[in-house]
Amino acid sequence: MAERVTPVMERALSRRRLLKSAGALVISFSLAACSRGEKQTAPPAGSPAAKAPASPTPASAVVATPTPWIPTNAVRSAIDDKSLDGWLAIAPDGTVTVYCGKVELGTGVRTALAQIVAEELSVPFERVEMVMGDTAATPDQGYTAGSKTLQVAGPVLQRAAAQAYALLLDLAAERLGAPKDQLVAEDGVIRVAGNDAAKVSYGELIGGKQFQQALREDVTVKPADQHRVVGQSIPRVDLPGKITGKPSYVQDLRLPGMLHGRVIRPAAIGARLLEVDESSVKDIPTLVKVVRNGNFLGVVAEREEDAIKAAKQLKATWEQVENLPAMEALRDFILSQPIAQDKEVARQGDVEAALAGAAVRLEATYQVPYQMHGSIGPSCAVADVRDGEATVYSSTQGVYPLRGALAQLLGLPEEKVRVIHVEGAGCYGHNGFDDVAADAALLSQAVGKPVRVQWMRHDEHGWEPKGPAMVIQVSGGLDGQGNVVAWDYAVWTPTHSTRPGKQAGNLLAGQLVDPPAPPAKNSNTGGDRNANHNYAFPNNRIIAHWLASSPLRQSALRSLGAFANVNAVEGFMDELAAAAKIDPVAFRLKYLTDPRAIDVLKAAAEKAGWESRPSPNPANGSGDVVRGRGVAYAQYEGEYAYVAAVAEVEVNRQSGEIRVPRVVVAHDCGIIVNPDGLKNQIEGNVIQGVSRMLKERVTFDRARVTSLDWSSYPILTFPEVPEVEIVLIDRPDQSPLGAGEPAISPVGASIANAFFDATGVRLREIPFTPDRVKAALA
Amino acid sequence: MQIRVNGRQHAVQAAPDTPLLYVLRNELQLNGPKFGCGLSQCGACTVHLNGKPIRSCVTPVSQAAGGEITTLEGLGGDGKLHPLQQAFLDEQAGQCGYCLSGMIMTAAALLTENPRPSDDEIRQALAGNLCRCGSHLRILRAVKRAAEAMA
Repeated sequence: MAERVTPVMERALSRRRLLKSAGALVISFSLAACSRGEKQTAPPAGSPAAKAPASPTPASAVVATPTPWIPTNAVRSAIDDKSLDGWLAIAPDGTVTVYCGKVELGTGVRTALAQIVAEELSVPFERVEMVMGDTAATPDQGYTAGSKTLQVAGPVLQRAAAQAYALLLDLAAERLGAPKDQLVAEDGVIRVAGNDAAKVSYGELIGGKQFQQALREDVTVKPADQHRVVGQSIPRVDLPGKITGKPSYVQDLRLPGMLHGRVIRPAAIGARLLEVDESSVKDIPTLVKVVRNGNFLGVVAEREEDAIKAAKQLKATWEQVENLPAMEALRDFILSQPIAQDKEVARQGDVEAALAGAAVRLEATYQVPYQMHGSIGPSCAVADVRDGEATVYSSTQGVYPLRGALAQLLGLPEEKVRVIHVEGAGCYGHNGFDDVAADAALLSQAVGKPVRVQWMRHDEHGWEPKGPAMVIQVSGGLDGQGNVVAWDYAVWTPTHSTRPGKQAGNLLAGQLVDPPAPPAKNSNTGGDRNANHNYAFPNNRIIAHWLASSPLRQSALRSLGAFANVNAVEGFMDELAAAAKIDPVAFRLKYLTDPRAIDVLKAAAEKAGWESRPSPNPANGSGDVVRGRGVAYAQYEGEYAYVAAVAEVEVNRQSGEIRVPRVVVAHDCGIIVNPDGLKNQIEGNVIQGVSRMLKERVTFDRARVTSLDWSSYPILTFPEVPEVEIVLIDRPDQSPLGAGEPAISPVGASIANAFFDATGVRLREIPFTPDRVKAALA
Repeated sequence: MQIRVNGRQHAVQAAPDTPLLYVLRNELQLNGPKFGCGLSQCGACTVHLNGKPIRSCVTPVSQAAGGEITTLEGLGGDGKLHPLQQAFLDEQAGQCGYCLSGMIMTAAALLTENPRPSDDEIRQALAGNLCRCGSHLRILRAVKRAAEAMA
């Protein structure tokens, strides 16, 4: 992932820093261009993209796709990430087509990556078309995840564009008979300075032809002070289509002859399908087929409403099993589970001796529940599997890892499977998009026609992989002066990633078919994210206990383990500060040494009008409503963006309701390229963070998930949304860092600390629902 | 059965109890109204029936026949942007955007009923529309901006 860059290199305005600065943009961008959006058109009937890559177009003949949302004619004869032609092509009309392995998840990267290319090539922004995430067209850039798209893809595209620019100058020098240092490039045309008649366009120089050059690392990029496109709040290219009802999502894709499928999931997790009574659906008019393969069960119909009706009406008998632990005893269950691996994340000093000698010793246990991604649009995919080939349209975060998993599931060679990314509803991590692609592929394979599957709301709530429940135990010691002398922290967590990784066993359908796919092997990742802190304690120990399994299927949810870990670290810091009777901001500042950490904390406190005093709030009397403020700080993954949050809460002691009227965030993610786009991401983090803190818990009985709709799994609504104030700390001399998810965790923790300030009672188990609040205050 | 959508009459094949949403999306190939929950809980499918917001995911097509149905596609009229659509662009009010059709249709009905809503009234009017990306504050600003533009 992103390399660390020394301050010296930073100051040198190195190429890498420039690359990374461009990369930073993308994460923050959320602004949109009408001009490009207007080009959006409906997918043509009989779209060539519907075919497997049987008759590839030569790369030299590639025509830029006119539709931002689906690469209908992007098939390339060769995908070579080592060659310049693997990344971009220039058409005779001067259109630049970029082939990018990262995908748009609703955060604006399609816009921002195009800006980077337009900048380096000196072409108008509108002339750059992005083909994103297509195994027949784009390089394999893994998953689009972790707030790192622009840190990774931005520099690559910037280099490729800069290299192409240099080659175009060479070609122009030859064509125009002028030395390169007399050439000026603007808007895709190269002129000889002082001679307006001597000019040649990029299209004339290379249009429709290949560069035939290896991708180079040692290219010169534009200095930041010459940027004209990068650094601008270019509006998002996708938004005009979305607000006018143009097809924009995989949910909007319609292929000729397409049928509609729905799946019927096991009545209990792990239950076997015993019997299916197909006569129960024989009255459904356009039903095409009931598809059964082991415990995988689905229906296909010509009309969507008939598929829905059939799935509801189909009589299926499932084994009655109870494989889940008691939800209310989840903490004990987690703490008693087999440990697959113990990992010492950090150790300084002698923690045991320091705790034993402490004047004050505190212990606490923190817990987060299973939480869900909660896309507003349930997962959807369209698959066309026939004649030994498959084309699958999916909002997956990784077309190549999904392709490998689907190939294994379908029994096809990988090269016969094409996965094309089409945007879906926001996912916030690994939700059901990969699984529904497998569902659609299996159903299409069974009927030999294209099949669209959209999960029903209960499928999404019940079966999307969840952000896993975690338990954290932490002990700390203070000396007689209120200094922290020991910190002892342990987190129990399963891995936070069960992404496809070319393994059918990571797809729900792959686990259900007969025989099931081989069990997937997944490395332990994400659960220890931000388990470590960057407070300077003399004695410090951080342990991650990696659980071998998880009762509910789990995968990456925005910020992964950081949400739980920051809540525990910052909650316990607050507990120690309260025990020491020291103001929570001042207490943290005692142990922070990094100036950027200190700056965000001070900036948030100042913006919030922080009143320096210990918690709890002495001003609260005996009325029903009490008020408090809380602070939290974290540096994402210990090496990326710095965030401090201050939340204000009002607690109604009678009703147990918590209101969050205001959240202040100070944010340092290095150089800021688009402040408004960055703010859009931070606002999203705040609102989702408040929601997860106050409202969200996946519920289950001994057999199945029981929170299957928005009333049983409520999220934050308009009347509950806080005012958000943001302080952006710009660091033009620092490399850019991702902004997609660093803020959510400190925001959550600041609410917990504000609750303590308001009530004098510490809540350590998320979410802080009214019943829990009332019980805690009783 | 005949339904009138965005000013045009359409003959549809669907059974009378079919939710209007599927008729709009599949028979008329409209993309504005979205499937979100099928339970009238999220608002993504919101369209207008005779100017009032309805949840097309739970409204049988037979109930809408005879009325005037308007979707996001027909809100501006003549290919123009409705002031709300323009305001959503101006405020860059969206991230993934899946909820936006429902937001705009709900807000349009609000502004018809109440041309100068207070912040609280906008929040209450949109209380039944869910957004997961957290674009709420931008959406609120966009509705406010549109109200001012239309005044």
